[in-house]
Amino acid sequence: MCLAIPAKIIKIKGEIAEVDIGGIRKETSIALVKDVKEGDYVLIHTGYAIAKINEEEAKELIELWKMMSY
Amino acid sequence: MENDELLIQFRNREIIGKIIRKIREESKNLGRIKIMHVCGTHEWTITHFGIRSLLPENIEVIAGPGCPVCVTPASEIDALAELSLRNNVIITTFGDIFRVPGVKTSLIEAKSMGGDIRIVYSMLESIEIAKKENKKIVHFSIGFETTAPTTAIEILKGPPKNFSVFVTHKLIPPAMEFLLKTGPRIDGFICPGHVSTIIGVRPYRKIAEKYKKPMCIAGFEPLDVIIGILNIIEQIKEGTYYVYNEYSRAVKEEGNIIALDTLDKVFDIKDSWWRGIGLIENSGLKLKKEYEEYDAIKIFDINIKPIDHMPEGCRCGDVLKGIISPNECPLFGKICNPNHPIGPCMVSFEGSCSIAYKYGKNIT
Ligand code: SF4
Repeated sequence: MCLAIPAKIIKIKGEIAEVDIGGIRKETSIALVKDVKEGDYVLIHTGYAIAKINEEEAKELIELWKMMSY
Repeated sequence: MENDELLIQFRNREIIGKIIRKIREESKNLGRIKIMHVCGTHEWTITHFGIRSLLPENIEVIAGPGCPVCVTPASEIDALAELSLRNNVIITTFGDIFRVPGVKTSLIEAKSMGGDIRIVYSMLESIEIAKKENKKIVHFSIGFETTAPTTAIEILKGPPKNFSVFVTHKLIPPAMEFLLKTGPRIDGFICPGHVSTIIGVRPYRKIAEKYKKPMCIAGFEPLDVIIGILNIIEQIKEGTYYVYNEYSRAVKEEGNIIALDTLDKVFDIKDSWWRGIGLIENSGLKLKKEYEEYDAIKIFDINIKPIDHMPEGCRCGDVLKGIISPNECPLFGKICNPNHPIGPCMVSFEGSCSIAYKYGKNIT
């Protein structure tokens, strides 16, 4: 439930962004984060970006997340 | 790329070895130390990477009530199950709670009895369903501070008139405080990384100071968690009790201001029942009066009886309070397993029993 998944913002359309989550494209809300732009990395929780993170952190978390999704 | 990642992992291993040695050294004369974390993902990291088996004998890391599905009262599950059987209602819910038993029934059983219950990944999906359907859509809004802002932002935006929420959001810091006041001794806390991206550092600081307990906000890499453990041990040794933000890559001092502001606008704080734990002061959220039109509890005049219920023989309450570890429950692995779960902690993939069963070879 509290799991948050790292994703890269591909395209922003208003409050909705197309993101790349470990190779999968999804739509996510960016209403809860400010100053995000295309190319930024964010943590996604239940379809909402909740925090901006840097690329290195995102890559570490993607590895961890892949392990968790057994 | 692959080589880089291998190298990073290898380096981590070397650093992990060093930190573990330091933990051993620093904790030598400290007696028994109990460190609690309150996050399903931390429990996964600790169990999956066998972190407990690396620690000296006197250092115990226990899981607290870090699984929102596990602490959602059984009577609320019953209420939603009942509501789903009305013919003009559709319930939307996250998948984790679908199989969790209530007192009388689970949502999956209600569905098999004809209840219209749909699993969604996000509030956005529930709202899309509301736009397409004529029936009344009730979203089961569970989760801690990480999830509550997603409910709040949609309420603030004004969802369709046939949409409402059954709010059972809970707050982590009051639960930590409750356990410090009432539970067995806890010497320090590893604070949850994702909840902290929302609430920031300050709420923990008050508790750390009031109860003189060291705390560390940690990320989810094995390295993050053991750095957290080392920090808490060092603080205990030095007699300090501050909040160390090890996860500053994602957690800011002030948290997520937009999310906090949204929460403030939409919710009031109330006392809340935690399954297996009891009534915790100021630990839950309810919609403010001005958003009553979206409050399923008001719309359907739902009366929830405050009873604490666990299936017979299930010791989830003690697991959630950190009194026992999952394998101390007599039913663990015998009649209770992820394919045949008895209690909520085995149903949810974030529940300690489920994690211990799937990855727990290294449980001490
Ligand atoms: S092992 Fe099963 S019965 Fe025992 S505490 Fe965990 S969920 Fe409950």
